[in-house]
Amino acid sequence: MKVRARDAREVWKEDFESSPSRDDGIETSTISGIPLKPLYTADDLPKRDEEMPGLFPYTRGIHPGGYRGRLWTMRQFSGFATAEETNKRYKYLLANGQTGLSVAFDMPTLMGQDSDAPTSRGEIGHCGVAIDSLADMETLFDGIPLGEITTSMTINSPAAILLCMYIAVAEKQGVPASALGGTLQNDILKEFIAQKEFIFPPEPSMRLVVDSIEYCAQEVPKWNTISISGYHIREAGSTAAQELAFTLADGMAYVDACIERGMRIDDFASRLSFFFDAHIDFFEEIAKFRAARRIWARWMRDRYGAQDERSLKLRFHTQTAGVSLTAQQPELNIARTAIEALAAVLGGTQSLHTNAMDEVLALPTDKAARLALRTQQLLAYETGVANTIDPLGGSYFVEALTDEIERQAEVYFKRIEELGGVIPAIEASFFQKEIADSAFKYQQELEQKRRLMVGVNEFTVDDEEPMEILRIDPKLEGEQVARVQNVRRTRDQARCTKALAALRKAAEGTDNLMPHILESVRAYATEGEIMNTLIEVFGIYTEKAVI
Amino acid sequence: MPVDTAVRPVRILVAKVGLDGHDRGVKVVARALRDAGFEVIYTGLRQTPEMVVDAALQEDAQVIGLSIHSGAHMTLFPAVVQELKRRKATDIVVFGGGIIPEDDIVALKKKGVAELFTPGTPLQEIVDWLRKRFPQGGN
Amino acid sequence: MADTNTDSNLAARFRAGDIRALARAISLVERRDPAIRALETPPKGRDGAAAVVGFTGAPGTGKSTLVDALVTLLRKHDKSVAVLATDPNSPFTGGAILGDRIRMQRHALDPKVFIRSMGARGHLGGLSLAAREAIRLLVAFGFDQVILETVGVGQSELEVAAVADTTVVVMTPNLGDGVQMIKAGILEIADIFVVNKADLDGHQRVAMELRGMLSLNAPRATGAGAPNAWKPPIITTVAARQEGIEELWAAIEDHRRYLESSGRAQELAEKRLKDETAEVVADLARRQAKLALGEDRALTEKLLKDGSPYRAAEEILSRIGSGGRKPRRS
Repeated sequence: MKVRARDAREVWKEDFESSPSRDDGIETSTISGIPLKPLYTADDLPKRDEEMPGLFPYTRGIHPGGYRGRLWTMRQFSGFATAEETNKRYKYLLANGQTGLSVAFDMPTLMGQDSDAPTSRGEIGHCGVAIDSLADMETLFDGIPLGEITTSMTINSPAAILLCMYIAVAEKQGVPASALGGTLQNDILKEFIAQKEFIFPPEPSMRLVVDSIEYCAQEVPKWNTISISGYHIREAGSTAAQELAFTLADGMAYVDACIERGMRIDDFASRLSFFFDAHIDFFEEIAKFRAARRIWARWMRDRYGAQDERSLKLRFHTQTAGVSLTAQQPELNIARTAIEALAAVLGGTQSLHTNAMDEVLALPTDKAARLALRTQQLLAYETGVANTIDPLGGSYFVEALTDEIERQAEVYFKRIEELGGVIPAIEASFFQKEIADSAFKYQQELEQKRRLMVGVNEFTVDDEEPMEILRIDPKLEGEQVARVQNVRRTRDQARCTKALAALRKAAEGTDNLMPHILESVRAYATEGEIMNTLIEVFGIYTEKAVI
Repeated sequence: MPVDTAVRPVRILVAKVGLDGHDRGVKVVARALRDAGFEVIYTGLRQTPEMVVDAALQEDAQVIGLSIHSGAHMTLFPAVVQELKRRKATDIVVFGGGIIPEDDIVALKKKGVAELFTPGTPLQEIVDWLRKRFPQGGN
Repeated sequence: MADTNTDSNLAARFRAGDIRALARAISLVERRDPAIRALETPPKGRDGAAAVVGFTGAPGTGKSTLVDALVTLLRKHDKSVAVLATDPNSPFTGGAILGDRIRMQRHALDPKVFIRSMGARGHLGGLSLAAREAIRLLVAFGFDQVILETVGVGQSELEVAAVADTTVVVMTPNLGDGVQMIKAGILEIADIFVVNKADLDGHQRVAMELRGMLSLNAPRATGAGAPNAWKPPIITTVAARQEGIEELWAAIEDHRRYLESSGRAQELAEKRLKDETAEVVADLARRQAKLALGEDRALTEKLLKDGSPYRAAEEILSRIGSGGRKPRRS
């Protein structure tokens, strides 16, 4: 039948309004609350010059060739129990096709405590690998050539210490620091905002971060000094726009701090990297990634006057959303993770971690970990999505959504500026309150079934089958305690004492602390000893909790 | 003259013990408990078992709610139960939530933890459990 | 359930210094439980005993941090301290998140610091009858210093003044509309003003404006003669950095000495007890009224017919007078 002379859109509108509608409560907004239209058309395409991949503002990707030149790095975060166990898992993953390492540390290590500290009891090895000294680090990377792989280390307050340990291990392998590639999370601002693994107050914490950025610019130039993170902010309950805005605002706070130190933007900006969540609302996530690149490029060029192209290109790692996984019917998590990973790939991530299906219950078993990796390989090699650059570019919906998230982020930037910047906003509990409110709102939506979670508040089963999960052998705790005490007994104590004294003096002054930390590490000072030395000078931070 | 003692909201002390800082769940639960009519005393992060019990005693809380996502639950929950014993306050009910496998839940309940709620539990379930446990409000 | 905190030997345990007995006693007070009468508290209350300092002010002025800093100072002088921190309950659900304790983590596990959070429940003004009694218990228990902290909403500033010996009003530079907008009555009730967060811009302006307003006001009536009037000092603090706290404590001690030497302490104690008696009467009457209106259909019917509350009110009052029974028809 020929369509009449009337606009096709009008016809569609009539047809749509008289067509049946599902009665299951269609959601008319994204999981973050961005309102959705039933249909997007060419009218929704923002009016602008055509954007191209590899060209400012990089909405369509930072590389002209997308994934056609190189796939994203398959970088599975892992670590548990002892360095020896984790070393085995790394070799297993590398043999199975993982292309970069990513280290998860246990709680005491993340919090700068030795395994034999009283508050470490019961906490050793559960959520990552226990590293007390250089000796453990040597075991962790035994037989793994640091000159040939890249490693990401997820650690924040004590990040500088772990980086120095990595450098010292490489030294022993004969690999110079200048050849080392990898990433240090080192994002202390999001600790105050979301993950709460802070130790020192904000000012000395920022000093340490800037010290590490400054040091690496000279000595470890291939290293990504910081992974400015939105993942934890999102997992704490924020919306996608909040994740985007708070993360980029943190990024700018670090840039400001480095410039205040006297560095030039193009000397360090290219080594800043980012880390985002890939949540379950598919298109919203893709839009978020694209908006992130555009916003960052604009701010770097227009606000900071960066001239090197590499300073403008936002590079990011993605992890699929832990918080979207369920303990009920956990096999379904494989599907969730696959969809989230797809969003990350269509959003142009540089590296990706896919969660294992059993991660709501425990650290992954070998089998689950391998399946997670295979999911990425499926995307890369079977689906064809990596063969065209930014395949969703030009989609009326995705482009409109990209613009909308960008707009919402800009509103947040203004509010943060009005509060005086990121650190004053942290002390005013601004971020924490926004996140707590979003988290509570989402939970209420779930409780009222305005949002569904399959297996949890709908499509439940009564008899869940128990899953086989990874258990950390409790006797490993005692072994680790013995190990760190042995290190203290057998090291060159004079060298260690001297190094820690020099570190303390430097902390009281303004010297870059990295060389002093490196020397302490070489002298087998334990992580806890180094942290305690710094705590003596910097103090400990207590947060002002808001519910 | 007839006396009606004032109906008293149940007082719940809610905290995170150990090094884990993931407070999304505990904060959401705190709000839900407030909305359900409880008085919630939130003592925050990095609490030790001793701090939690001492605060519960000062506040005359009937319940202690703990959130642990770090895997250290098999050490920390029993430590709180033990401290309550030491302070002669075993009438205080201990419950909690977090990343806790089913086997461990069984073991912890044998050690004196009244109930454990895992990820995905509706808030209403927690509220209903507390209301059933304390029907008249305070004791 | 294990019977480790029964009310039976409560008085004995209280006198023996068992903090659990103190905590339970405060709960009984909140519940208006008659068992509390078994606990004899010193009839005169505060002679020679701890003077009560009340802190009040708008939300966000850093009261909890300030109290925390003061506790730190007092502990340095080896004084034992009790803090009663009140937070509003929801009028709809009755629930509350009591969030002051968390600001005083420094003092966790210090056996000489007792912190109790109280929902200011059921009392329109914000500071409840239970809080008054709780303070009496804390004083009786033997703490060197008792501190009351309330959120300054509604009329609660005025209520603090009715209960505390020394009332400290806390303000901050970012008050928005400036000192002009502070509520009527605050100037009169404050014995000490604190401008906290004095590291922020504008703190000098706030102090200056306060001084201006204070000088405009007549010195408060002291009953002992105008020349002895107490002039409220303005202390600037940065509580988060423990700055200005020594000055604050000095001012509090000054005020206490003034109360003793001028005879005001005695006057205030008398007034407080009388006020509280009136409050207790009002509370009892209110509860009786609610009971009567809830249960007595005939009363309610007459009330609806009247269309006005006075006759029913008189009827209820007369019943209280005769022990709750309906008086015989005369």
